[in-house]
Amino acid sequence: MSGHISFRDVTKRFAVRDRASRRRTEFTAVRGVDLDVERGEFLVLVGPSGCGKSTLLDLLGGLTEPSEGRVLLDGAPITGPGLDRGVVFQQYALLPWRTAQGNVEFGLEAAGVPRRERPGRAREFLDLVGLAGFEDRHPHQLSGGMRQRVAIARSLAYDPAVLLMDEPFAALDAQTRESLQDELLRIWRRTGKTVVFITHSIDEAVYLGQRVAVLTSRPGRVKEVVGIELGDRADGVDLRSSAEFARYRHRIWELLHDEVSRAQRQEKEVAPV
Amino acid sequence: MTALVEARPAVDEERPSRDRVKRPSAPRRVADALVTATGKVAAILVLLAVWETAPRLGLVDATFLPPFSTVVDAWWRLATSGQLADDTGASLARSLSGFGLAVAVAVPLGLLIGWYKPVATLLGPLLEVFRNTAALALLPVLVLLLGIGETSKIAIVCYACTWPILLNTISAVRGVDPTLLRLAKSVDLSGFRLFQKVILPAAVPTVFTGIRLAGAVSILVLVAAEMVGAKAGLGYLINASQFNFAIPRMYAGIITISAIGVVFNQVLVALERRFTSWRV
Ligand SMILES: Nc1ncnc2c1ncn2[C@@H]1O[C@H](COP(=O)(O)OP(=O)(O)OP(=O)(O)O)[C@@H](O)[C@H]1O
Ligand SMILES: [Mg+2]
Repeated sequence: MSGHISFRDVTKRFAVRDRASRRRTEFTAVRGVDLDVERGEFLVLVGPSGCGKSTLLDLLGGLTEPSEGRVLLDGAPITGPGLDRGVVFQQYALLPWRTAQGNVEFGLEAAGVPRRERPGRAREFLDLVGLAGFEDRHPHQLSGGMRQRVAIARSLAYDPAVLLMDEPFAALDAQTRESLQDELLRIWRRTGKTVVFITHSIDEAVYLGQRVAVLTSRPGRVKEVVGIELGDRADGVDLRSSAEFARYRHRIWELLHDEVSRAQRQEKEVAPV
Repeated sequence: MTALVEARPAVDEERPSRDRVKRPSAPRRVADALVTATGKVAAILVLLAVWETAPRLGLVDATFLPPFSTVVDAWWRLATSGQLADDTGASLARSLSGFGLAVAVAVPLGLLIGWYKPVATLLGPLLEVFRNTAALALLPVLVLLLGIGETSKIAIVCYACTWPILLNTISAVRGVDPTLLRLAKSVDLSGFRLFQKVILPAAVPTVFTGIRLAGAVSILVLVAAEMVGAKAGLGYLINASQFNFAIPRMYAGIITISAIGVVFNQVLVALERRFTSWRV
């Protein structure tokens, strides 16, 4: 009955210190989240700022533990980080002292890939993300889009079954973003990985996702999961300007709109932390 | 200085061509370099010219500030007699031993304190007390404990050098980019491998800042220490010359120390560049 990844009634609370009263209180980031992701699925999470999207991804990545409920991967509770899941961070998180090649090898080292196999594997995956010829550049010598591609190559290279991406394209310009979206879809189809992808952009969500899970404002719950059926992405067709695309976009916009205004009201009432 | 110039292009040449500023022609570059070099030494040349002429014109008392050429003369005699080499050798041996010891002790200690909370809690108060005690104030204590020989001098240099290295190393470890720590955690790195692959390389630049500061401190403190009960060394040379009213020799000693300080700093800067060439 359970899918590849399942959130079962997951609640996450953080201990915070109230500034006015200097007392410790609990702060609920997400409450009662139920969500299933199938193997090989591309699921996108959207929701108002601060609703707990990153928290959900951290739970999946094993970087934090749920306060209540369970997060299951192939039926077993997640107990910590692991190389069966690869995280792509919004801030790229490249090691500045290593070259592009070295950064990809970092993941391979962590995964215990033998030393002799690392350079070849790293080059292969840099090639896959279109960075052949840039192996010896340090991060500060790469553009934002290239850095994020290095980060993606790093996560792909040690072959995790699940790719967790937290607003990976948020800091990029529109053109770079669109080309990386296409590249990601191409890689996803080729590798058949499960992708959980967070974004603030409705367009990005509709374009990438097979399903888009819309979260409520804080504390986050799954408000609705919208299945996206855009048919075949034939070359040369501008999917984004099709009528169906506009329909999905509007649907998600509606779902989000109420939540965003509620979140803004909330923020005015109490400014926690 | 040459190492400095060599360390840079390694980074620059790899820059994408669109970033590169158009390079002027070769003769033009040489001319530019000459202008820059002249600019850099101009201030020093002016200082030396004033030093040379002011005593000669009677603007200052030539007994207390002899013209620069007289000082050079005294320096040359010290150099040829071999005394300068002896004193410099003695000073450098103390300075470098103290400095080297400090690096060997303070870097690992700083890493431990920066990373392990319990160690920080344990040693924190102790560090607070000692760090606020001026090194030279401890000199009499060290002389009492360790005698007037080499040990107390090396100890005082080591003590003074420890602080900049220790404090910088601690803040280097604490200042490691949290995203990199999250990255390391996400690939399940921990313990020694986390330290080796993330913390240590990330800390290198800040640790080096501390080491560079300590380099300057090692010479400053040593000279002061040598003015108290030493039989060789540049600090001793300066002090003894002043005592014997051999004023040009005193200045010769001072110039030598400045030169050593500058060279030492340049060496450390070059090393720093080599280790952190990945930085912008
Ligand atoms: N370590 C923490 N301690 C206390 N509160 C936290 C912590 N991490 C997150 N929070 C709070 O939990 C809530 C959810 O945070 P989270 O980062 O998951 O939001 P998000 O949906 O990713 O937001 P955004 O879209 O802005 O990235 C926020 O209100 C945040 O302040
Ligand atoms: Mg977030």
